[in-house]
Amino acid sequence: MTGVGVTAPALEATQVSRAAGVAFIFKKAVISALVALVLFSLMIGIRTEAGPAGQLIYWTRFGDLAAMVATVFGGSIVVELLRQWWGPVDTVRIVPPRVQSTLALARRAIAPVLLVFTFLVPVIFYNERYILDLGILVLTYVMLGWGLNVVVGLAGLLDLGYVAFYAVGAYSYALLATTFGLSFWVCLPLAGILAALWGVLLGFPVLRLRGDYLAIVTLAFGEIIRLVIINWQSLTGGPNGVTGIPRPTLFGIPLTPADDGLAARLGIEFSPTHRIVFLFYLILALALLTNWVTIRLRRLPIGRAWEALREDEVACRALGINTTTTKLTAFATGAMFGGFAGAFFATRQGFISPESFTFQESALVLAIVVLGGMGSQLGVALAALAMIGGFELFRGLDQYRMLVFGLAMVLLMIWRPRGLIGHRAPTVFLRHSHAISSDLVKEGHG
Amino acid sequence: MDYFAQQLINGIVLGSIYGLIAIGYTMVYGIVGMINFAHGDIFMIGGFIALISFLILVSIGLTVVPVILLIVLLVSMAITALYGWTVERIAYRPLRHSFRLAPMLSAIGMSFVLTNFSQVTQGARVKPVPPIITGGYTLHEGSGGFVVQLSNVQIIVVVTTVVLLAIFTWLVARTRLGRDMRACEQDQTMAALLGVDVDRTISMTFVIGAALAAVAGMMYLLYYGLVDFFMGFVAGIKAFTAAVLGGIGSLPGAMLGGLAIGLIETLWSAYFSVEYKDVAAFSILIIVLIFLPTGLLGRPEVEKV
Amino acid sequence: MSGDCILTIDHLTMRFGGIVAVHDLSFDAERRKITALIGPNGAGKTTVFNCITGFYKPTSGTMRLTHDDRRDIQLERLNDFRISKQAKVARTFQNIRLFPGMTALENLMVAQHNALMRASGLTFLGLIGAPSWRTAEKRAIDQATLWLDRIGLIDRADDAAGNLPYGDQRRLEIARAMCTEPALLCLDEPAAGLNARESAALSELLLSIRADHGVSILLIEHDMSVVMEISDHVVVMDYGVKIAEGTPQNVRDDPKVIAAYLGADEEEAIAVMESGT
Ligand SMILES: Nc1ncnc2c1ncn2[C@@H]1O[C@H](COP(=O)(O)OP(=O)(O)OP(=O)(O)O)[C@@H](O)[C@H]1O
Ligand SMILES: [Mg+2]
Repeated sequence: MTGVGVTAPALEATQVSRAAGVAFIFKKAVISALVALVLFSLMIGIRTEAGPAGQLIYWTRFGDLAAMVATVFGGSIVVELLRQWWGPVDTVRIVPPRVQSTLALARRAIAPVLLVFTFLVPVIFYNERYILDLGILVLTYVMLGWGLNVVVGLAGLLDLGYVAFYAVGAYSYALLATTFGLSFWVCLPLAGILAALWGVLLGFPVLRLRGDYLAIVTLAFGEIIRLVIINWQSLTGGPNGVTGIPRPTLFGIPLTPADDGLAARLGIEFSPTHRIVFLFYLILALALLTNWVTIRLRRLPIGRAWEALREDEVACRALGINTTTTKLTAFATGAMFGGFAGAFFATRQGFISPESFTFQESALVLAIVVLGGMGSQLGVALAALAMIGGFELFRGLDQYRMLVFGLAMVLLMIWRPRGLIGHRAPTVFLRHSHAISSDLVKEGHG
Repeated sequence: MDYFAQQLINGIVLGSIYGLIAIGYTMVYGIVGMINFAHGDIFMIGGFIALISFLILVSIGLTVVPVILLIVLLVSMAITALYGWTVERIAYRPLRHSFRLAPMLSAIGMSFVLTNFSQVTQGARVKPVPPIITGGYTLHEGSGGFVVQLSNVQIIVVVTTVVLLAIFTWLVARTRLGRDMRACEQDQTMAALLGVDVDRTISMTFVIGAALAAVAGMMYLLYYGLVDFFMGFVAGIKAFTAAVLGGIGSLPGAMLGGLAIGLIETLWSAYFSVEYKDVAAFSILIIVLIFLPTGLLGRPEVEKV
Repeated sequence: MSGDCILTIDHLTMRFGGIVAVHDLSFDAERRKITALIGPNGAGKTTVFNCITGFYKPTSGTMRLTHDDRRDIQLERLNDFRISKQAKVARTFQNIRLFPGMTALENLMVAQHNALMRASGLTFLGLIGAPSWRTAEKRAIDQATLWLDRIGLIDRADDAAGNLPYGDQRRLEIARAMCTEPALLCLDEPAAGLNARESAALSELLLSIRADHGVSILLIEHDMSVVMEISDHVVVMDYGVKIAEGTPQNVRDDPKVIAAYLGADEEEAIAVMESGT
């Protein structure tokens, strides 16, 4: 695909830009502004709204239009200047060895430091409910990311409907707990198993599919699950969702102000924060379990077969690997972790509805995995922190939030198409474990 | 029987709209091998631009319906095409030779951007328009009092689709641009060496796809009389489903898939349940792909070892 | 052909639409011998391999594999991965298909998948780190080390396979095939792209594999010096049909073979004739 003829014009363009300087930048900015003017003319220049009598009314917003066009003009100049300062995208920057070794050290330290910090979060931020909630949210996505990482990052199978398993887990717990009164700890494994079963169910038809056919089928599957949840009102409560989902207990001891509650038993004063802290450690434990199992699996034949499948399916078959079961186990394992996360989500919220399980969620989790650097556990954790944390930062932007989020996704992909952690760690070594550059690592066809 | 005939007509009209959107997916997929997730939103933008330009034309006192329709069609095709071009330029071109998942996520990001752009600029509420084209023909009056009707809007939707499809097929089969496109589909490096401007050809593919999506958006507006910022998502996945069903990369396949999805959806709603119409469409997609992994008209992929 | 055959190909035909890639081909491969399959480009050699190893379903014909214990397996009835798993046929590919993002050692570990899968109790024993799994894993690493040593790649065990030089990749692919403990090893142009010294080393490696492990080898090769030196029996194909077979000596002097190569490519024909004199 890459060819001399294809890339040459781009190189030429940058050289020309160096030479032509101001005139070139100006010309480019004018063109961008003109394009923006046409694009925004109707969409921003004119605002439509359904009037009180149902008829359509409109008013003009030429001021906003002018402001946007001016912004694009200015932005184009800034971007072009930055680009010239930074050099072509592929420029190799020489990093002095001293800096390099410091960086390597920092990189090795990052995972333990992050882990210790996470453990301390409830201690440090005990009185900051908001941070604790955010922490729980981030950890939920870390877990989802690690779960999907098995399917996408290790086995190289594209799954755009991961949220379906999250939903299956959440609804399994919600319905089992509300109808049969089963406890969280009984339901948790059940939710995981049910989700895994659905994973296998999805896995079967898609086994023969490759690439984008797989993508669309998994997407369709996610939508089917969501639509069924919405429409099967007698079971799922439809769009109203399930309410009154029991809160988790510490192995039977509820975290309530009641007499048999944890606080009363320990003889301390009850505080609602206890439950939040408990939830925090619960999701942390679940996430770490996911991580531990995944790391373990990578070193077992099944995990190596997943990665081999991502590298070259034909070679796998020639080596006697049953690609069907290998794919199915990947789907099932990923789905199971999604199911656990879903059960946690249900117990944390106490209320679930189909709105929490849209395609956006699948896309978000997939973005976390890809941005993390496919297959890298640490990368996924960092990406989840960056994405969810970043998303929270923009909370103030309100309706512009998704807009900014979408743009960030585009820019991040352009900046790091291979993700934050751009290498793969071998699962076994004889003498030294060298990280493998992601340029060599394939990303699968499925 | 009459009821069935009526549903058939409705299904074909809906299918034409899906087909028009599906062509954009199929073309882009054929040439750059990626799912243009933002394409459904391009369709939505097309609908909005048609709505706004229609509103302006009416408010400046134009009353001749055919003239209005023509102007709206051209304006929305032109502006939406520019959207297609811009999306490719910003979000896909930098990732042209990158890993497979990067452009896909970039496309999903772009889809979020477009959805929310129109939510922010035009508000979240559904925008209704009064029927622009009225009237129609009664084809058959059944004994039970059921009439099979063919409205003028339906005729316009189908005729426009057929005409545009013809023009477009000619474009791909006979013109220089079409030849360049097919060359890029086969082998971009070789095409570039032979003097085909690959960047331009790919841009043009997005432009044409977007223009057809704009037509679909306008037809949707005429047929259903409303647009909203979220309509791109569902229509988009269904059109992509249509493209896959027909065999992605194949133009007649896209149209066929569109018709199939339109018919399934309408007939299912008519005979079974409206709530599960999308479930039916997606289930049929999955079932078809189990038996024909490359769709109805897709070339079977032989694995060369 | 008399003797003890490991593989018997009987009236094998493979059609792709209008193209008949292999037409009514029959030949035998003897146990613990090296059988070479040669022929000009496009003769259908790789297609024969793809039929044997289950990547293509032959249009017609049978392929029988007889194990040491006289057990017969009809290869055309098994599908892809079972041919390696049950029939113990391993192969390499004309354009190398290693796992480029995995290390040389990992490549050899993947090849022992089925044995390791059993040892890990279908993953469950492995997950809890059972001692039996630990020893099995150790043994697998030892086995891989042994092969890395034999192909002279022990120093590069922890390097990504995709980073190895071409010749090393070829040998690694052979080692990987051998790690599945095959009865029949099918090699598709193992000497392609190697220089003379590397080719000689390859010949030696193949001879020692046969001597030490008792495997039978089916070899597609354009490098006539390798074919003449190591093969016991040669089958010549052209346009999908067998045009000659016999000892290397016989085949080299066969006018039909010379004509086939002459018709296809003059240089190759000369190479055939020269390598005999
Ligand atoms: N999957 C396929 N579909 C269609 N034709 C095929 C397929 N595989 C092989 N062929 C055709 O079969 C014929 C034989 O090909 P094959 O690869 O077996 O030749 P070969 O003897 O291995 O040649 P070489 O020495 O170049 O490797 C060729 O004409 C090839 O185009
Ligand atoms: Mg060959």
